[in-house]
Amino acid sequence: MATSVWWTYRPEDLLMVSPRVYARLFELHNQALWPAQLLALALGAMALAVLLRPGPRGTRLVVVLLAVAWAFVTWTFLWQRYAPLQWGIAHVAPLFGLQALLLAGLGTLRAGLRLPRRWSVRRGLGIGLFAYALALHPLVALATGRGLAGAEILGLTPDPLAIATLGVLAMAEPARRAWALLALPALWCLQSALTLYLLREPGAWLPLLAVAAALAARWWPAPAALR
Amino acid sequence: MAQPLPALSRRRLLRGLLAAAAATALPSAGPLARAAEPLTRVLPGTGEALPRVGLGSWITFNVGNDPLLLEACTAVMAAFFAAGGRLIDSSPMYGSSQATIGHALKRLQAVERVYAADKVWTSSPAEGPAQIEASRRAWGVPRFDLLQVHNLRGWEGHLETLQAMKAAGEVRHLGITTSHGRRHDEMEHVMRRVELDSVQLTYNIVDREAERRLLPLARERGIGVIANRPFQRKRLIRRLADKPLPPWAAELGAATWAQFILKFIISHPAITCAIPATTRVEHVRENLAAAREPLPDEAMRRCMAEHVRGL
Repeated sequence: MATSVWWTYRPEDLLMVSPRVYARLFELHNQALWPAQLLALALGAMALAVLLRPGPRGTRLVVVLLAVAWAFVTWTFLWQRYAPLQWGIAHVAPLFGLQALLLAGLGTLRAGLRLPRRWSVRRGLGIGLFAYALALHPLVALATGRGLAGAEILGLTPDPLAIATLGVLAMAEPARRAWALLALPALWCLQSALTLYLLREPGAWLPLLAVAAALAARWWPAPAALR
Repeated sequence: MAQPLPALSRRRLLRGLLAAAAATALPSAGPLARAAEPLTRVLPGTGEALPRVGLGSWITFNVGNDPLLLEACTAVMAAFFAAGGRLIDSSPMYGSSQATIGHALKRLQAVERVYAADKVWTSSPAEGPAQIEASRRAWGVPRFDLLQVHNLRGWEGHLETLQAMKAAGEVRHLGITTSHGRRHDEMEHVMRRVELDSVQLTYNIVDREAERRLLPLARERGIGVIANRPFQRKRLIRRLADKPLPPWAAELGAATWAQFILKFIISHPAITCAIPATTRVEHVRENLAAAREPLPDEAMRRCMAEHVRGL
């Protein structure tokens, strides 16, 4: 009986945080981590530079940085800050940890991942997603009235991290590994879009758009050299 | 080095906080004075007279350890008590809400004032006592006034526990809850079979399913009823926000839709109290002010429901 009752709940019935608490999550996180934001932005800029001129070592470095960021966000944001407020997050946090392990494993072992050097639609979308997550997503806080104190920074918070990861995986080869690594970031973006929609946040469509862009890039025919 | 505030200063600080909330809520009243006590209704079979508007804590008090929001919640509770409120309802399901309430009760020195209503929420009856004790510690109260089985989860085992606790004086009253109109058949079954002090269910001006069987049964069995989701978690208020109140709402003393809806709910003869949740001091004032005369009679209640249905 208890199981069947779950189907009668609306998504909004399961959301336990209010818009003000959600906004304060990021403000408090930023306060607690300052000045780690500067380091995170610097590392993100370095990763973007690597994506623009990718080589085997550089690609591996980007993937390792992403894996570390997924582990860091799992512990500092999801587990310590968000899970006490929203009990469903306690079940999501291990999946974030799993993503960190998958990135470290599938993304670096043996040949790891390869990234394209020649411009294409796929590469443009991938780099565009990464650049958005690094430079523009933090500014969404300004546009939504939260202020820079509540900015979501790549490497420190889940949404820009998932979007940046989608960007890298959107253009990575081999395809099978990329698809395997893409699933969890995409799922996070979908749940984040739902959360933001339920909170009536104007930027709710952004994570959805990121998933759509990543999928479009992945389905776009790869340049022959990378196949 | 910073020294802890001396006891007198801390007390004065707390009085100031309460006074500020009271002054905001009741501009004409002095500090801690309550110009007009809210109407009360006795929880049947217990002799406990409860103000007919209480305070819920779902989402609104789930603020973690954010010092800014903890103080905001403390101000809400200060205003609630200053306006004559007593019953606060929470659950271990509500994230950090219990700890928030405990924080405010301590800051306001209001442990004696509150009617503490909480729930047990686990499918394992064996885990019930430990969960209840954890909840009690979070609230910082010597015992709960009311413990309820949340959403009827594992109700048979938990009610045995609660009955034993009541017999031992470890809880004063016991009950069961549901929400969103779910499990009314099961709730009716328990109400007929077990001696309860209170049930909690969803009842408001548009969610009236409980009127058919549960509310009459509660009266028949002498069981109190706490109405949750009075505003459908703001949805009802949002739906009505751009509609004008009917002119005759003034005759009921309803100046807002929230008061209109609350007066409808608490005027049902079976309802002990409604428990709206809020993050805002002015809404606490507005809600508690609904628990005053005049309240609608049955004919007026029909008129109110008809009016909202037509909007």
